[in-house]
Amino acid sequence: MTSTVLDIHDLHVSLPQNADRPYAVEGLNISIERDQIVCVVGESGSGKTLTGRAVMRLLPGPYVKAVGGRIDFGGEDLLKVSEARMRQIRGDRIAMIFQEPMTALNPLMTIGEQIDELVRMHTRLPKPERRARARAILDDVGLPDPAGMLGAYPHELSGGQRQRAMIAMALILEPELIVADEPTTALDVTTQAQILKLLKDLQAEHHTGVLYITHDFGVVADIADRVEVMHRGIQVESGPAEQVLNRPQDAYTRSLISAVPSLIPAHRPLRVNAPVVLETHALCKTYRSGGGLFGIGGRTVDAVRDVSIRLRQGETLGIVGESGSGKSTLARLVVRIIDSDSGTINIDNTEITSLRGANLRQMRRRVQMVFQDPFGSLNPRYRVGRLIAEGMIVHGTPSKEAYRRADELLDLVGLQATAANRFPHEFSGGQRQRIGLARALALDPDILVADEPVSALDVSVQAQVLDLLDEIRERLKLSMLFITHDLRVAAQVCDHIAVMSKGAVVEYGETGQIFANPTHPYTQELLDAVPGRSWSPVLLAKSP
Amino acid sequence: MTPSTSSSFWQRYQRNRSAMFGLAILSVTILMSVLAPLIYPGSPFALVGEPRTAPNAEFWLGTDTLGRDVMAGIFHGARTSLMIGLTATVVSLIIGVIVGGIAGYYGGTTDNVLMRLTEFFQTIPNFLFAIVLVAVMTPSIYSIIIAIAVVTWPAVARLVRGEFMALRNREFVQACIGIGMSDARILALHILPNCLAAISVIGSLMVATAILVESGLSFLGLGDPNVMSWGYLVGAGRTALRTAWWVCTFPGIAILLTVLAINLVGEGLNDASNPRLRDK
Repeated sequence: MTSTVLDIHDLHVSLPQNADRPYAVEGLNISIERDQIVCVVGESGSGKTLTGRAVMRLLPGPYVKAVGGRIDFGGEDLLKVSEARMRQIRGDRIAMIFQEPMTALNPLMTIGEQIDELVRMHTRLPKPERRARARAILDDVGLPDPAGMLGAYPHELSGGQRQRAMIAMALILEPELIVADEPTTALDVTTQAQILKLLKDLQAEHHTGVLYITHDFGVVADIADRVEVMHRGIQVESGPAEQVLNRPQDAYTRSLISAVPSLIPAHRPLRVNAPVVLETHALCKTYRSGGGLFGIGGRTVDAVRDVSIRLRQGETLGIVGESGSGKSTLARLVVRIIDSDSGTINIDNTEITSLRGANLRQMRRRVQMVFQDPFGSLNPRYRVGRLIAEGMIVHGTPSKEAYRRADELLDLVGLQATAANRFPHEFSGGQRQRIGLARALALDPDILVADEPVSALDVSVQAQVLDLLDEIRERLKLSMLFITHDLRVAAQVCDHIAVMSKGAVVEYGETGQIFANPTHPYTQELLDAVPGRSWSPVLLAKSP
Repeated sequence: MTPSTSSSFWQRYQRNRSAMFGLAILSVTILMSVLAPLIYPGSPFALVGEPRTAPNAEFWLGTDTLGRDVMAGIFHGARTSLMIGLTATVVSLIIGVIVGGIAGYYGGTTDNVLMRLTEFFQTIPNFLFAIVLVAVMTPSIYSIIIAIAVVTWPAVARLVRGEFMALRNREFVQACIGIGMSDARILALHILPNCLAAISVIGSLMVATAILVESGLSFLGLGDPNVMSWGYLVGAGRTALRTAWWVCTFPGIAILLTVLAINLVGEGLNDASNPRLRDK
């Protein structure tokens, strides 16, 4: 077939001796045609990233290397060609887009210099022509003021603009193939939607083949022509996007897809008459940064502006927003990890912003937090049992009793009691989030503040942790403030939702109401940007 | 999916040859200081032989201008050097960790005030400042220790401040605040243990600096007159360098080797605590 751009045949990528399996990628077959987007989907550790690296021949050696199979590209086997030949191919005929554009761009060179360098290496075009081409491509990727952008440094651009610049670099030499490794994962949803659209438009225009690596089925639904599902290095399913998404054959694919939360809000009884347990009124927090000697001058950012929310007993209130919206700051204000500038926070009708000393410590028992980062939120130096028991000991529980209770809590969150004697690094991300939850529950709180508790987890683990949170909230009659950027998760978990943008709440109401009739333009934009909006995995979840 | 920590700290340290070399020399120095009163029971200031005797079978390293045994001086000097080096470093670490820790954890105005104070000490040249302090307090072991600690703590404070600032924003520390722990408990039990590696590395290097400063002070005649030290030996023999080279040379070599050994050990500790840096 002449239209085949890339043909990966029986690819094997090895792992070091002491790894948990012999091959990172085992017997992979992928064929990409011109004008086609092939998505490689899998959870962390599935070997999807190494597949992309193998095509570029950027495997991290010496132990991780391609040990078998072929990668045919334009009549050559990329595993066999010389390094010099490979350099000619990279950038010119195969381009790569990385996940984090800030680290993939050289911070000391302007965007223009970086594009120019690429063109100069692969062509003999004179300088004015190179410059004209660079300007044209920046215009194509929708960057404002292309001429000005050429002289800009990466840090002067926003995350979305940087990714656009990366795409411009990938496209300028009109490659036959683009390898994109999670190019939108580090971006906000609205930016992600723009970048996905851009990538798809440009790909269609230039008839490029794209190998798109992602963990997100929503993204797959938006852009893929074909889908390859990988699980622990093995290709478990392969087929046209429509077929894999809606009629998956393999059990693992089914479990992955059914773990994707639906955008249709779950039906939840509203607790209109339940007492209000947490209420904020006109809460404000301003950050100051920079400034000279003794902090005079400098920049100020209104992280939280006039936020008034109300949480009823037994209810889950979602705080939804993109990065920089102030949602995490709000969470930290409520648990008093940071202090507000003005406004009030009432917990059971007690004003807590003015509490000090012993009263503050007593209040802290009632509001506990679950953190986002499963690796950074547990002190690596202490055993799990101590991490959970310490809060109780601080509040006067005898040590023996506290450790006994820690064992009970580990059982409650679905871990074995032996976990108490192990260190945090011995656990997976999902297990660590369970430990974090056990620690929060140790003080018998009434209110749980969960700051993006599942955003660092794989989709199947995410589903388990969400189920656990829901079950525990029901059983212990907790009220929950749930911070998330993911509208799919919010739809399934929250009774009410407050949408935040630039520190302010722009829309606040029942979950069903907000999903059905968003009134604020920002909410509408956010909803439209959810990847895979038109595709709903919910029907599948019903059938086994 | 547990990251394989295939080798222990000690195993990684052992693999570093120069660090093992440093440790060997340091062990000899420590042994010398322990054995000094047994091998040379009398005072090292005692006149035991002819002045300026060249190294021979009786006085392996010769005698100095007054007829004191250089070997005995080096053995007793090892005690002084190590004792002053360790004590001054401990005092300096205590000041530095407290100042730096408080500045880094609380930030804001507290940080500003403490760091301006630190900078005030840092702007005065170390050695000159130490001379002034010893001269003002009259030379003695204690004044030397205080002087060394006073001039070296700002570096510790800077390092600890940076570490504490970074750790303060980590989620596990925020979790501690959320649980209702007191600041003292968080600082001592949760933040400090996580930067002990960095502190122990800088501490080991500071012992070397302290020994050098003490030698310098003694050389200038600002040492404790009742205590034998390497710097004093070098200073005393300096006038007879051409006629009795051994008086200056051997104590000088002792200083060189000990300082080198401590630096090698310090680097070894650093490499062993950051295995990823070494494997590169």
